[in-house]
Amino acid sequence: MKKLLATFLSSVAGLGLGLLATTIVAQAADTKACFVYVGPIGDFGWSYQHDQGRLAVEKELGVETAYQESVPEGADAERAIERFARSGCNIIFTTSFGYMEPTNKVAKKFPDVKFEHATGFKRESENVSTYSGKFYQGRYVQGKIAAMESKTGVAGYIASFPIPEVVRGINSFILGAQSVNPDFKLKVVWVNSWFDPGKEADAANTLVAQGADILTQHTDSTAAMQVAQEKGVKAFGQASDMINFGKDVQLTAIIDDWSPYYIERVKAVMDGTWKQHDVWLGMDKGDVVMAPYTNMKPETAKAAEEIEAKIKSNEFEPFTGPITKQDGTEWLKDGEKADVGTLLGMNFYVKGVDDQLPQ
Amino acid sequence: MQPDFSIRLEKRGSASTLFAYFSPFIALGLMLFFGGILFAIMGHNPLHALYVYFLEPLMDTWSLHELAIKASPLILIATGLCLCFRSGNWNIGAEGQLIMGGIAGAALPVFFPTYTSFSILPLMLIFGILGGMAWAFIPAFLKNRFGTNEILTSLMLVYIAGHFLDWIVRGPFRNPQGFNFPGSISFSEWQVLPEMLSSGRMHYGMLFAIIGVLVVWFLLSKTMKGFEIQVIGQAPRAGRFAGFSPKGTTIFVFLVSGAFAGLAGIAEVSGAIQQLRPSISPGYGFIAIIVAFLGRLNPLGIFAAGIVLALSFLGGEAVQISLNVTDKIANVFQGLLLFFVLACDTLIHHKISFGHSWRFYNKGATHGAR
Repeated sequence: MKKLLATFLSSVAGLGLGLLATTIVAQAADTKACFVYVGPIGDFGWSYQHDQGRLAVEKELGVETAYQESVPEGADAERAIERFARSGCNIIFTTSFGYMEPTNKVAKKFPDVKFEHATGFKRESENVSTYSGKFYQGRYVQGKIAAMESKTGVAGYIASFPIPEVVRGINSFILGAQSVNPDFKLKVVWVNSWFDPGKEADAANTLVAQGADILTQHTDSTAAMQVAQEKGVKAFGQASDMINFGKDVQLTAIIDDWSPYYIERVKAVMDGTWKQHDVWLGMDKGDVVMAPYTNMKPETAKAAEEIEAKIKSNEFEPFTGPITKQDGTEWLKDGEKADVGTLLGMNFYVKGVDDQLPQ
Repeated sequence: MQPDFSIRLEKRGSASTLFAYFSPFIALGLMLFFGGILFAIMGHNPLHALYVYFLEPLMDTWSLHELAIKASPLILIATGLCLCFRSGNWNIGAEGQLIMGGIAGAALPVFFPTYTSFSILPLMLIFGILGGMAWAFIPAFLKNRFGTNEILTSLMLVYIAGHFLDWIVRGPFRNPQGFNFPGSISFSEWQVLPEMLSSGRMHYGMLFAIIGVLVVWFLLSKTMKGFEIQVIGQAPRAGRFAGFSPKGTTIFVFLVSGAFAGLAGIAEVSGAIQQLRPSISPGYGFIAIIVAFLGRLNPLGIFAAGIVLALSFLGGEAVQISLNVTDKIANVFQGLLLFFVLACDTLIHHKISFGHSWRFYNKGATHGAR
């Protein structure tokens, strides 16, 4: 009798556990996370890193995911986003600035679907969140390294579009460099594209010809790194660790690690706790990561590690006064910190940038 | 004496008219066949993949609307281009004319954001048409006045237009509240080309495309002007004897195709995008050239070809998502289609003959086959 009871109890418990397991699996299988990328996932830069985040979500939470790559910003983006919303996606990550209007437009039509737009500022309905990374924190570290490693005192910057995110990076870079060498020069070439390996390589060659012996970029491909490797000048990887494309020349890289954020947000959808927000992820929580410091003098690496640690612990903020604008007017007084609004809408250079900001 | 294995094309005495009409269909069939093989090599069930690619987008009201949105600029531009190509004027710059149309039309809502009444939209469309016409007039004028090659000038003007758009959305047209991001203000309700049906996003651009097709079809088949265009294209000398003006025709066809491209541009900006952005077209002006030739330079054929090309884009996205294949698949299918169309046309007008000197070995090779 006792034995019978035990069997009965254990089978009930087993059944219960089994049911519990099925509910979890069912819940995971019910949730679908979808991603829209501006470039190919094989760019080994921006879109590649977002896709790494997607794969991490799949692995960590066991949910179904889908993606569409190389979606042009504009009318096609709206269709891509709406297609996902219709095909049963519960949360859709749109990972380029140019998807801002279409994301908001589709979000109004699908109030039950959650939308996460990277690097934008519009949240027109309750189901749209925005998120971005403080990549400029890494730029400051890079600027410091550049000034310590450069022989010519000139660095070249391959820039995409003169939007605040990019201008912020340029300014942060030169501020970092000036903290070592106040006369450091930064030349900028605008390629007006996020992903165009041919143009990016041309720009890299031009900058090297103009005397830059350190290259950095705010575009998505590995072209500049490959040019640097060829020409024997040093370079920084962008968005992803590009050491495989410049093993003798990569100093470090800013790695956008979207995995923690993506896992957190998809999980919030599964738990029903998702809420609209606007976040700016930085080094402190591990969303912006520096690749290993390589191909540099030990003292440079040491200085880089020190400033990285300070930024990570929020002890230091790159945009701290005194900072003068390019036109010579004062922006921040000694010790004054930049307000978020100015940073988000940054449309001016600080002193030392050897370029006219396209207006 | 080496045997000669050369292959060469010889012109057929008379090409079959039947086959000339059927060649796009043969090309379509071949594209499906080889595309299926491609899917099979990639490890997918070819029938399922082709179903997802070419039929599924037609099964859903939403995607039919999207198909129309994608097809309408292609049809509209290609219809204008067929007049150019029929008259022997090679307007390769429809993309630029589209961009200038979009800019000209968008200027109204950008500079007069408070001007909201029913008259704003027609004015925007007219401005768009004028913008496209003005841009198309340049290569036509240069050709007539200086004898420049319109292929080069019209193509180069595309890049000028592209850079002009890029500058203008960062400069005078930039949204002052847009954090310095490139792009104009979003248009308000009155300035947006409305949707035609309540069931989806398709806007009145499709209606313009249909009207354009009918107008050009009528022009080409029922009017003297249409006859003139075709005579000048096929036999310029005969055209001159008949008193037709090649220069006047050049201006006329460029203006009409510019107007069509400009209308497509403002319809895209106002209807589909609803603001001016650094990029407003994924290359409609260039793809329309394929559409025009696939449609046999015939307005009704162009209508069908525009749908097919639009489907190749939409289906490409569909297979990308459901089968996880690369986004380049749409380009592959478009390439296959263009290749087979050209191949079919070539083989309809030419026959293949194999190395003569091998067959007439003893006579020796006297033909300059190599």
